[in-house]
Amino acid sequence: MGKLRTITRRSFMVGSAAVAGGVLFGTYEVVRPRPNPLHPPEGTVLNPWIIVDQRGVTVIVPRAEMGQGVMTTLAALAAEELEMPLETLRIEHGPPAQVYANEALLIGRNYDDVTPTGLADTLSRAVPRIFGLQITGGSSSTVDAFNKMRDAGGAAREVLKLAASHILRVNVSDITPAGGMMMAKDGRRLTYAELAEQAALLTVPKVPRLKKRKDWQVLGKSLIRVDQVPKATGTAIYGIDTVLPDMRFATVKISPRLGGEMTSFNPAPAETMPGVEKVISLGNGFAVVANNTWLAMQAAEAVEVNWGPAPYPDSTDGLFAQIEKAFDDKPNITPRELGDMSGEMPVSANYKAPFLAHATMEPMNATALYTGEALEIWAGNQVPMMLQSQCAAAVDLKPEQVTVHTPFLGGGYGRRLVPDYAVLAAKVAREMPGIPVKTTWSREEDMRHDQYRPGALARMSARLENGRIAALSADLASPSVMRGMVRDVTGFDVTPPGDLMLTEGAGNQPYAIENLSVRGFAADLALPVGSWRSVGSSQNAFFWDSFIDELAHEAGADPLAFRLAHIRPEHAPSADVLEKVGEMSDWGNTPAGRARGVAFCHSFGTPVAEVVEVADEDGDIRITNVWIAADPGIALDPANVESQLFGGAIFGLSAALWGEITVEDGMIYEENFPDYELLRMHTVPRFIVELLESGDRPTGVGEPGTPPAAPALANALFALTGKRARELPLSKTFSFVS
Amino acid sequence: MSYSITVNGTVHEVDLPGDVPLLWVLRDALGLTGTKYGCGVAACGACTVHVGGEAIRSCQLALEDVDAPVTTIEGIGDPAVMALIQKAWVDLDVAQCGYCQSGQIMQASELLANNPNPTDEDIDYAMQGNICRCGSYTRVRAAIRLVASMMNRG
Repeated sequence: MGKLRTITRRSFMVGSAAVAGGVLFGTYEVVRPRPNPLHPPEGTVLNPWIIVDQRGVTVIVPRAEMGQGVMTTLAALAAEELEMPLETLRIEHGPPAQVYANEALLIGRNYDDVTPTGLADTLSRAVPRIFGLQITGGSSSTVDAFNKMRDAGGAAREVLKLAASHILRVNVSDITPAGGMMMAKDGRRLTYAELAEQAALLTVPKVPRLKKRKDWQVLGKSLIRVDQVPKATGTAIYGIDTVLPDMRFATVKISPRLGGEMTSFNPAPAETMPGVEKVISLGNGFAVVANNTWLAMQAAEAVEVNWGPAPYPDSTDGLFAQIEKAFDDKPNITPRELGDMSGEMPVSANYKAPFLAHATMEPMNATALYTGEALEIWAGNQVPMMLQSQCAAAVDLKPEQVTVHTPFLGGGYGRRLVPDYAVLAAKVAREMPGIPVKTTWSREEDMRHDQYRPGALARMSARLENGRIAALSADLASPSVMRGMVRDVTGFDVTPPGDLMLTEGAGNQPYAIENLSVRGFAADLALPVGSWRSVGSSQNAFFWDSFIDELAHEAGADPLAFRLAHIRPEHAPSADVLEKVGEMSDWGNTPAGRARGVAFCHSFGTPVAEVVEVADEDGDIRITNVWIAADPGIALDPANVESQLFGGAIFGLSAALWGEITVEDGMIYEENFPDYELLRMHTVPRFIVELLESGDRPTGVGEPGTPPAAPALANALFALTGKRARELPLSKTFSFVS
Repeated sequence: MSYSITVNGTVHEVDLPGDVPLLWVLRDALGLTGTKYGCGVAACGACTVHVGGEAIRSCQLALEDVDAPVTTIEGIGDPAVMALIQKAWVDLDVAQCGYCQSGQIMQASELLANNPNPTDEDIDYAMQGNICRCGSYTRVRAAIRLVASMMNRG
């Protein structure tokens, strides 16, 4: 990746010289012309998703490959229409560009959202472009790409067909694509590469006819991902693996009181240490540049430094007291306000969820080369355009002077939506002009300088009548994740009204409840918070579904049947996954010595139901089995969807068991994996996943596996012990096998 | 001071202080980036390599203490000619982000070298030091079983 410039130059030069042409294929509506990052020849209808040249066919996948398989699935969408085997395609990430904005980001995907049409549709797609939201997030990459990539592939196929008919002098209807070639009836054939030059002279069809689902050869099948070979052989290049000639190695230490000042700084003890070249003050911290990363990290420990106070309460309790205060303000958002809430609410419970770190396996890092007129930066990231503009601003350049390369990400989960680590690397590089510098955070720096999943509180109450929920109220408080996003995109530091992330996972669930209130309260807190796999649903599904479970037990009903009774009338696909998971797990027939809990959440367009089974092993509890049923509309690559779902559930279970970020003296206490335990080979349960496909388009899969995991586990623990845990992590209440 | 170490069959002279961990010699001095930095405290297993045939955390072994030949993920196979274990990882679509997989594979290959037919408990014991944040564990286990079945078939 990052080689696109070479291709670009060649395609452009060769194309404009009309010697041995390259062609870029373009389709679908363009509301207004956007700058094309591939600098196509003037006047040609082009789109930058597919390039055909002498080397064959290159597909641009302008989303970050962070483990979710996007590189494979997006390329497969194009391959299907191109009638090419996936493995014959070249795949490039592509540069930052408005044209690659994620137009699915703002499209509502609640079960009861109406698909936008007309102006609303145009606007929801235009806003991500206007703000340069080339974002890999929100479980939306395939949602956005489903038509785009197929249209591009289909258009390319049609033009190549036409080119073949011109060259072979036969009717276009006598040309058939097969295996990356165009064949005439008489058996003559031309490869796509051979057709590129002729194709460059032809007009691209506006609306190509797409293949029917029953004719798919590539989509709907479990593929071996294109990144498996490099990842099994150590040859996949992640950001941290960037190697440049004469490169130096740096690390940073930024105030451990996040947002606080560096009040004194004496670099002298570090400057004479082995390998050290330079110690650089960054205002709120410093960097050490050396000839080896470890030597830089050692020297960073030797710098004498004092840190000022934190701009937020300096203890975990203080932070939660401030979150609690948000309930005194008026709600930021009220996604549900139905019926009459004035009656008595005899069942009530308060819930609490901690701050959490992302803890990607690859610590934050970026490599940068600053020359005075330009900055070139290599950084795994989920936001290339934002990274480009923030790095440009940090070193007083214009965005167009900054070249961004996006290598593989060693995990994202939302962390790399905030390019703070690239900005620091750019600042370090500016102090070493002409010399490439790789700036790597220590694990400790990474864990202590995250954009944390917000701590959150819930006040739940309800009234049961005739075994059903007659009224339910959910008040949910946490710092606003949207606030940071708005700040990154617009520069304004305000909590926007109507932050859906405060209530998602609770305020958008398909329950038929006549009297219902769900309100979100935004806490004003300066501790950085951000998107953590499934965002608001990660805590709200725990609050909502645990409380539903409490109501089921209060009503004396079977927990699964109780949920179905409320969900079936509201949303059939959601009820179907619940029934499916019951069938898969043989719900109601739990083996002796074990206990089970069920949970459900509709998130990112996908209903997911999970059953978690636990067992007591001599006083310590083990998670033995997990069943997952999900309906992603269409499963474009079923084995990959399965990976995402059980991976998402493991992410949620690890956090539910042990995950907690706490603050002491204004500093994050947890600093490495021994303080932040995760499921491992000997503690991970067995998973059984089944997919329903009720839709005509794919919905999200990267995140929806996470939300039901914590409540399903908590509900299972209640079934096992009779004890209801209303606070995460569950290790505060129970002892687990570890 | 210069140290001489053998990595993947090649002898390298390394001019770094003797207390630099092998991990950072491999990555920064020799450009062998397949071995990953994850935690620096032997808690995640991402940096696992073989020294004298034994799987160790390279973040904990000082350059001056490297007393046997080192094998890294790059040394057991390459994309053109993959080792059996690497092929199994590919065939079962194990990796998600993949960052931990070099370490998983090096740890698993030591297990299989010493125990060609590991039980679930053997796999649990051998692999519990290797974290996968994406949660690929069940497929790692399946890949280890696949290699074992291929080895036992001869």
